[in-house]
Amino acid sequence: MDFEDTPELAVFRSEVRNWLDANAQRRTDKLFLGMEGDQAFQEAKAWYKKKSQAGFACLTWPREYGGAGLTPLHEVIWTQEVENYRTRDAHFIIGIGNCGPAIMHFASEEAKVKLLPRMASAEDVWCQLFSEPGAGSDVAGLRTRAEPDGDNWILNGQKIWTSGAQYSDYGVVLTRTDPTVSKYRGLTLFMIDMRQPGVEIRPIKQMDGGQHFNEVFFNDAVVPDAYRLGDVGGGWTGALTVLMSERLAISSIQPTGFPQFLELVKSLEINGQPIARDPIVRERLATWYSQYAGLQAVNKRMITAVAKGGIAGAEASLGKLVGAVMNQEIANFACQLFGQAGIIQDDSLSPEQGHFQHSVLFSPGVRLAGGTDEVMRNILAEQVLGLPQEPRADKGMAFQDIPTGNS
Amino acid sequence: MNFEFSEEQLFIRDQARNFLSQECTARVVRSILDTPEPYHRALWQKIVELGWTAIAIPEEFGGLGLGYLELCVVAEELGRALAPVPFSSSVYLATEAIKAWGSREQQQYYLPRLASGELIGTLASSEGLGALEVNATVSDKGLHGEKIPVPDGDIADFAVVVARDENAGMGLYLVDLTTTAVTRSALSSMDPSRSQARLVFDGAAANRLGEKADTQAALAQLLDKAAVLFAFEQIGGGQAAMDMGMAYTKQRFAFGRPIASFQAIKHKFADMFVALELARANAYYGAWAMSCDAPDLPLAAATARVSAGDAYYQITRENIQAHGGMGFTWEFDCHLYYRRAQLLSGVIGTQPQWKEAIASRLLSAA
Repeated sequence: MDFEDTPELAVFRSEVRNWLDANAQRRTDKLFLGMEGDQAFQEAKAWYKKKSQAGFACLTWPREYGGAGLTPLHEVIWTQEVENYRTRDAHFIIGIGNCGPAIMHFASEEAKVKLLPRMASAEDVWCQLFSEPGAGSDVAGLRTRAEPDGDNWILNGQKIWTSGAQYSDYGVVLTRTDPTVSKYRGLTLFMIDMRQPGVEIRPIKQMDGGQHFNEVFFNDAVVPDAYRLGDVGGGWTGALTVLMSERLAISSIQPTGFPQFLELVKSLEINGQPIARDPIVRERLATWYSQYAGLQAVNKRMITAVAKGGIAGAEASLGKLVGAVMNQEIANFACQLFGQAGIIQDDSLSPEQGHFQHSVLFSPGVRLAGGTDEVMRNILAEQVLGLPQEPRADKGMAFQDIPTGNS
Repeated sequence: MNFEFSEEQLFIRDQARNFLSQECTARVVRSILDTPEPYHRALWQKIVELGWTAIAIPEEFGGLGLGYLELCVVAEELGRALAPVPFSSSVYLATEAIKAWGSREQQQYYLPRLASGELIGTLASSEGLGALEVNATVSDKGLHGEKIPVPDGDIADFAVVVARDENAGMGLYLVDLTTTAVTRSALSSMDPSRSQARLVFDGAAANRLGEKADTQAALAQLLDKAAVLFAFEQIGGGQAAMDMGMAYTKQRFAFGRPIASFQAIKHKFADMFVALELARANAYYGAWAMSCDAPDLPLAAATARVSAGDAYYQITRENIQAHGGMGFTWEFDCHLYYRRAQLLSGVIGTQPQWKEAIASRLLSAA
């Protein structure tokens, strides 16, 4: 066991540090940079352009696709270093983290060369269109239809919870191409141009007031067959690639709320007393730290496995499950500490610029997005521990015969 | 970066697992649980012959001269097998104390005998309910006082005793427990597969260990290392209890299907897996910190301890629940793990004390 960089990686780390020092602003707080507003989006795009020109975009992707052709360990080092700077990544994580791997795996060479470099430099922004109003945890139950029309496919239907659709130039969309076979076998995956008349995007206002997500409506939207990812009817395999990449992409940025809580405990005084002296606060701090430290150490074990040529498996679900719950519990506890003033949500009055009040209201969504807590537990129990699946009422049925509860 | 045990260390772990799966079956554990025998002598003798008691003792003192990482992998297996032997007391506590603070003479006398199993040692620190309070006193008339409970106190040949001198200064003392100046009585505990005793000292000869050491700091360092090793016992036991529960719920049918297919059951196991993986990763970090004496060993050790203690309790509690009524019987082994989880989170300080150690480390760094 050791945590030393190899000589080659040590050189890379110092290059990264030097470049970041010259090109990014060191951060003084631990607050999460969100993706609200057009200015944030423009900042994020400018940052990616700069990073791409310097050769630091998509480090593990091949050079011909806009990457740097480096190893996952280079990526880890970049992530460790960039955390100390005020940079914006949130807009592009889904595209680069989820859509990228699926395109790399399933698209034609021509499409890859054309599309991936523009994705890597954030000239094009991508979104992922899987969930539907009637297909959440059971995403294979989706109903958006794709029907062949010469060299094209015509899409009709509705997607929901699409992060960043309003910024996106392209999407990866999962559709139903055959309702007469079982639900998993009738799906096909496509890339789609989001800037076309048949695509309508409506923002969803969340319970916290923000608007990260959208509804997307397809009305005779057109997709060339050249944009198909994988075989007709083979969409579920592609979708699993995307979903697994999503959990990995999310697990590395999963906020836990712990660093902010530690800062709060170190700094806050209430009625002239440091809250750091409160035994209840100390107990909670220690309990959450043991989980937070555990997540970091789990991550080190995953990196070790990846460095040895393995892949991070369903264990990536663990980070999301633990982090999302902890984030909510910490936020709630912190607001309780503030006493009656805890309910005031005003960035100029509340400690840490209202971070904890924001988190109380935003954190329920984190437990749902990208696979709910319950789906994560199913994945861990079934895929990692090998426990038997729940019997399914729709097993072996043609999709069109599955009861929907609406008829 | 490499955050995994080496091939050689994993080989030692596999060998230990194979050996214990044959030599330390549930029947062996129950032979101690169900009888007044304080430990399994035959198993202990074989463990000594395999050299496990000598792993982290330098070669010049008759040891194997390996490191803490090798000791960690063996600890995990002893925990998995619920081994009814005084390994932790003799190795993590007595041996480590003498390695760290013994005079050359003390090391030359004790370490080869601990390595060969000729002597069994332990640490006598607790004096009753709550956190450490020390009233035992050493004077020119020897050691007087009482220690309760002392792990393996009725088995050990000697103890490292925490006591005060006549000026109330704390010290660690080596005390022979086989003399008439020491009265030992076995105590019943929640885990009878391991032994606990009351020791009463009435003028016992006591040799100071580590003349110059700051005793509080020395004791804290000793317990930090022990915490990591105990954490490996806890994750080993946790894994075994979880495996037991999964095997049972996969073959136990109700309502026409294996009960493991119900989310109410399988989500319990997902949560156990999460707790265990966090604990395992924290224990690995503790092992690394111990192996290179990293500055954050105290925080890493407390974190490993808290995480492993919480996980072992959760897993053994829910393993009983997943077994239904059979889990509450003497016949099923669920209670063996549940008892051991209680024992391991009691010895060397309970969860609130270790949580406070985490908090004070995190906040003193400010």
